[in-house]
Amino acid sequence: MKKRYLVILLILLSCISLFIGVSGISPLDIFKMNEEEATIFFSARVPRLVSIIIAGVAMSISGLIMQQLSHNKFVSPTTAGTEDSARFGILIAMMFIPAASPMVKMGLAFVFALLGTFIFMKILDKVKLKDAVFIPLVGLMFGNIITSMTTFFAYKNDLIQNMTAWLQGNFSMTVKGQYELIYISIPLVLVSYLFANKFTVAGMGEEFAVNLGLKYKQVVNLGLSLVAMMSAVVILTAGLIPFLGLIIPNIVSIYNGDHLQKNLSHTALLGAVFILVCDIFGRLVIYPYEIPIGLTVGVIGSGIFIYLLLRRKAYA
Amino acid sequence: MLSVRNLTKRFGTKKVVDGVTMKIQKKKITSFIGPNGAGKSTVLSMISRLILADEGIIHIDDKELSSCKSNDLAKKISILKQSNHINVRLTVRELVSFGRFPYSQGRLTKEDWEYVDEAIHYMELEEMQEKYLDELSGGQRQRAYIAMVIAQNTEYILLDEPLNNLDMKHSVQIMKVLRRLVDELGKTVVIVIHDINFASCYSDYIVALKDGKVVKEGPTDEIIKPSVLKDIYDMDINIEYIDNNKICVFYA
Amino acid sequence: MRNWTKIGILFIAAAILIAVFLFTDVRGSWDYVLSKRTEKIAAMVLTGAAIAFSTIVFQTITNNKILTPSIIGLDSLYMLIQTVLVFAFGSMNSLMNKNVNFFISIALMGVFVGILYKIIFKREGNNLYFLLLIGIIFGTFFQSISSFMQVLIDPNEFMRVQDKMFASFNNINGDLLLISFILIILVTLYFLQFTKYLDVLSLGKEQAINLGVDYDRIVKRLLIVVAILISISTALVGPITFLGLLVVNVTYQLFNTYKHTILLFGSILVSIISLVGGQLIVERVFTFSTTLSVIVNFIGGVYFIFLLLKQRKA
Repeated sequence: MKKRYLVILLILLSCISLFIGVSGISPLDIFKMNEEEATIFFSARVPRLVSIIIAGVAMSISGLIMQQLSHNKFVSPTTAGTEDSARFGILIAMMFIPAASPMVKMGLAFVFALLGTFIFMKILDKVKLKDAVFIPLVGLMFGNIITSMTTFFAYKNDLIQNMTAWLQGNFSMTVKGQYELIYISIPLVLVSYLFANKFTVAGMGEEFAVNLGLKYKQVVNLGLSLVAMMSAVVILTAGLIPFLGLIIPNIVSIYNGDHLQKNLSHTALLGAVFILVCDIFGRLVIYPYEIPIGLTVGVIGSGIFIYLLLRRKAYA
Repeated sequence: MLSVRNLTKRFGTKKVVDGVTMKIQKKKITSFIGPNGAGKSTVLSMISRLILADEGIIHIDDKELSSCKSNDLAKKISILKQSNHINVRLTVRELVSFGRFPYSQGRLTKEDWEYVDEAIHYMELEEMQEKYLDELSGGQRQRAYIAMVIAQNTEYILLDEPLNNLDMKHSVQIMKVLRRLVDELGKTVVIVIHDINFASCYSDYIVALKDGKVVKEGPTDEIIKPSVLKDIYDMDINIEYIDNNKICVFYA
Repeated sequence: MRNWTKIGILFIAAAILIAVFLFTDVRGSWDYVLSKRTEKIAAMVLTGAAIAFSTIVFQTITNNKILTPSIIGLDSLYMLIQTVLVFAFGSMNSLMNKNVNFFISIALMGVFVGILYKIIFKREGNNLYFLLLIGIIFGTFFQSISSFMQVLIDPNEFMRVQDKMFASFNNINGDLLLISFILIILVTLYFLQFTKYLDVLSLGKEQAINLGVDYDRIVKRLLIVVAILISISTALVGPITFLGLLVVNVTYQLFNTYKHTILLFGSILVSIISLVGGQLIVERVFTFSTTLSVIVNFIGGVYFIFLLLKQRKA
């Protein structure tokens, strides 16, 4: 998959995305939109597109960082408890500071996501069996536990349905004035680019990294913080989009090998393209209603993940 | 007798074992030697039915392996692989007693316990038989596992790199025990071994594998020769005679 | 203290708790209260035993003390079934009738497990972890669909679904209890022929094969036993994911042994004590303001993370 093709695909899909919606705005109208159409276009369609792309890029890069850091192909915010921890944080926010601004809520979600991810990395350290398939198993179980704790509190406060609705990956509510928080991801992604090589070295192990003169703990902490932050931001603005960070880097590595520098931009691009495809699909399949992105990616993502696993096992 | 015909195993598209045919003679120590990735462990695993062969037939005492019941096989042939880390807390004695499982399915008779005691005695583990495995050193643990295999009392004993992680003293000790098992108890031992000098000093017969094929086989004397070894290992190896043994020198 | 002595003590403790549950604080007619409570006790004993039992067997087969059978996706599937039923047919529909619900749930869970095994066991080198990972992914898959539907359900109807999210012993159907009891007894009888293999299986796959165990055949059958037991328990009382984990690890701590006769009996007793004791607290101390399973999952979960962090480095 050459970068060129991905970029072209991205542009194409973006255009398509801009013009799908209940109120039909066709490409030809773009230069002579009336006020109502313009409002829809710039307050809903464009923000939606921007959010989708940023979410796709952020989650994919997060997955890539985690995989580099833990030297394991199956670790990602979904399979390491990061998303579940962020969700827990958001619940706490809903319970104790419901009137706070989104920034504050996101801060709380970030703190919890970070905590959860740290605990997971600590667990990874202690887990005896380093079988590659075992690690995401532990992560998913860990995530399950956090979720059950979340459910415990949600149940006590009668917030379950509320919370599920809120956190479901859904772009249909993306509207100007409410989605800007997601822009925070952009500097985060840029920092990831800068530190990409260091993450790879850190992933080879502490001794290896220190030997090469790397400030191991700092690099790992930075990586995890970036991941937690990006996950928290995306979850807060768009909701839970499972598996993205898992499958995109894996697909890229199948086609491109594992060289990080090459893969970064591919990962970002493929992430954006993939999520756009899912979104467009979700919007067209039961037009004019739409299937939330969390569901589409969850379903398609699980399918692809299983396929990747089965394929890998052929070489076991 | 143990015989193998046209044994083949593929992992993905690669043939790890490629048409191996050979016979293992009874009451001898046979060593499998060869470079890394030659397929030695894989052949051993197939003979002991730990993994299934893709092609080929294995006969044990004139019966085809695939037609034997696993439990019957466990009384004839035993295998000890390299990596032995277990999750449960067992004492040495408890571990060795598992060797009797094919015979008594967990309910040990007096006779079973006699076998257990004898195996522990053979491996000189009496003093630590009540200790837990995780309290022992790697070498002592390995000896416990070998004791278990002895208690299993099979005619054929297969060992995959039994000397890995053992210090010199224990390596020698184990090779001496294997020698006794063959000379005193009439067992047949097949080992995969990397240290070619141990193979030279202790085995009767050597089979050399390379790239999944048998490249040379024969009595020890015929294999431990510079020309033969060069074919197998792609290295120049000198042979010295020390105390009636052929010792290979290749360090410099 | 010898292990069998400990078992004895646990047995007495369980008996005492059951007696307390049944006979103390009776308000209202003895007949009614007693019969309701006996039903609850029966359900707790049955599901507690089934879950403890299957978790031990599962952990032995997978050689791993961190896993629990419900992670192969059964809990999520159960919730999906419940959500779909409410979503498609409304909560008042006859399909929500307990009996029908029970059988549909078990049937579908059974089919799912069957398919799972087919996919995994067809390939050589059946890596158990692989099976589990696929199971978990299916779990997430079912969860995604469930979440989606749950959001669309009318909040009143959602109450029905929410009820099903948490295991509850409050409204056990007598008939179902009987059926479950018979099924579990049958499965246990079938299982008895495999008990002798459990100790050897805990040595790992290669040692087990070496010692003459027909590994593939036996593990497959054991997994089926485990799946059936978990399906029945879940269909009867609801998802109670971490009970097995909690109970079984407490058992390992209490009885420092590998022998499965002790572990099985011990874990069953610990399970019963936890459930009956827990329910006592929920009913008499908290007066029903929370459900047992939520507490169990919470405590179980925290305890479990603690265990993971406490492990010595490899």
